Amino acid sequence: MSKKKSKKTTKRFDGRKPDELRPLKIESGVLPHADGSAYIEMGRNKILVGVFGPREMHPKRFSKPNMATLRCRYHMAPFSVDPRRSPAPSRRDNEISMVMRYALEPAVFLERYPRSVIDVYAEILEADGGTRTACINAASVALVDAGIPVRDLVASCAAGKIDGQLVLDLGDYEDKEGDADVPLAYMPKTEHVTLLQMDGILSQDDFNGCIDMAIEGCKQIYEVQREALKKKYGLDEGEAN
Amino acid sequence: MSRNVGIASRLKRNKITEVVASGKRMDGRDLLDYREIQIKTGVLEKVEGSAEAYLGKTRVLVGVKFGKGYPFDDTPDKGVLMTNAEFTPIAHPTFEPGPPDERSIELARVVDRGLRSAEILDMKKLCLVPGKSVYMVHVDIYVLSYDGNLIDCSALAAIAALKTAKMPVYTVKDENVKLTKKTKAVKILREPLAVSIVKIGDSLLVDPSADEEEVMDARITITLDEKGNVCTIQKVGSVGFTRDELKTAVQIAAEKVEELRKNV
Repeated sequence: MSKKKSKKTTKRFDGRKPDELRPLKIESGVLPHADGSAYIEMGRNKILVGVFGPREMHPKRFSKPNMATLRCRYHMAPFSVDPRRSPAPSRRDNEISMVMRYALEPAVFLERYPRSVIDVYAEILEADGGTRTACINAASVALVDAGIPVRDLVASCAAGKIDGQLVLDLGDYEDKEGDADVPLAYMPKTEHVTLLQMDGILSQDDFNGCIDMAIEGCKQIYEVQREALKKKYGLDEGEAN
Repeated sequence: MSRNVGIASRLKRNKITEVVASGKRMDGRDLLDYREIQIKTGVLEKVEGSAEAYLGKTRVLVGVKFGKGYPFDDTPDKGVLMTNAEFTPIAHPTFEPGPPDERSIELARVVDRGLRSAEILDMKKLCLVPGKSVYMVHVDIYVLSYDGNLIDCSALAAIAALKTAKMPVYTVKDENVKLTKKTKAVKILREPLAVSIVKIGDSLLVDPSADEEEVMDARITITLDEKGNVCTIQKVGSVGFTRDELKTAVQIAAEKVEELRKNV
């Protein structure tokens, strides 16, 4: 990628408008042996998510008598970043696995499957900033692909601030060089924010601006998610609703 | 936290939700009241900085150690600040010895991000020889007693410990770094403190006890610096927040953080 020339314009590092998402592609049902799966490309992120279950929980003592357990694993391939990283899970991976679970749980009817487990495995093949949001987008589609009943799809993207400007869906460079990064996940039907984190420094007004911007971004992603499912299941607009 | 929700805690949940819905709490506090806060600094002798914070029955000890080490490859001219958290088995019956679980990782990372993203230390000033030798600042959070709200308590203790720390002085001559007997005060650029707000039913409340954390629907932790800027946010829990609830939460946090700030 060539270095950008002008810093003064409102164009961003990669030529996007401040409130423009990166190119987004979602495909569902891509893994033959998973109960549900999805592949997402969000910018240069390339992520595969497989869903297994509802199935019997091992070890059994972790199962809940009244509901299913949602288990998420966020994992980065050693070659997904430069320099290479160790394949062992880091503290960061563990925390992201946790927030992924909290982002998806509000959507899933876990009470329908007592004692069982639903495993969501996200493998990051290539990382380009905003991997957690991309994982949530793909995982939500994969859960539906697995036939698991959900209240709504969970769409996710980040907003942030770089060079004094609020921007949507930060890429790797903006993520590292920017002033702040606010990843958010949203269920458009219930209007609930299910993931919210932040790093950096923002005034309260800018923070509220970031939330509004990210929610708008999520609504656009939501449409792409629906398209991905409609494409596989061949539903027209009326049936999908 | 993915604890099993058994019959007992379902009863507990019903009771707490009922009381909270009426605007009160099991321990008699109002929804937006913190428990008694107590902070002692300089409680340890062998570390450069230390503080113990009490939030009701929650008790956290923070030790700050300064040393020298290698910088990270991508920041050769910056010192290193690391935050770690340990849940001791003496703190609560549900804490077991063993490798760090999700909860202690989260605690360490949220406090760490609060300190780091607020840039509380001038990391460039903590460089001794670029690419070779820098100050290593270790902030170790040690949970001695758990009754909820570990993040707020730990952030208080961490700031108090860093503020009162005395760092060792090194002399640098031709890339030779030598420890002197002198120490100097640590310069703190910002003071980020965390305010955790939990949602139980339709109510938002601050400073959750262990019982309230067990039955809560969701939690949001907001870290603010002394100018009211937001530095870190973390949302956990199996329920979402509406846009309005988030706005209210930021307002509550901005108000409450001033109250906390009086203690450090």
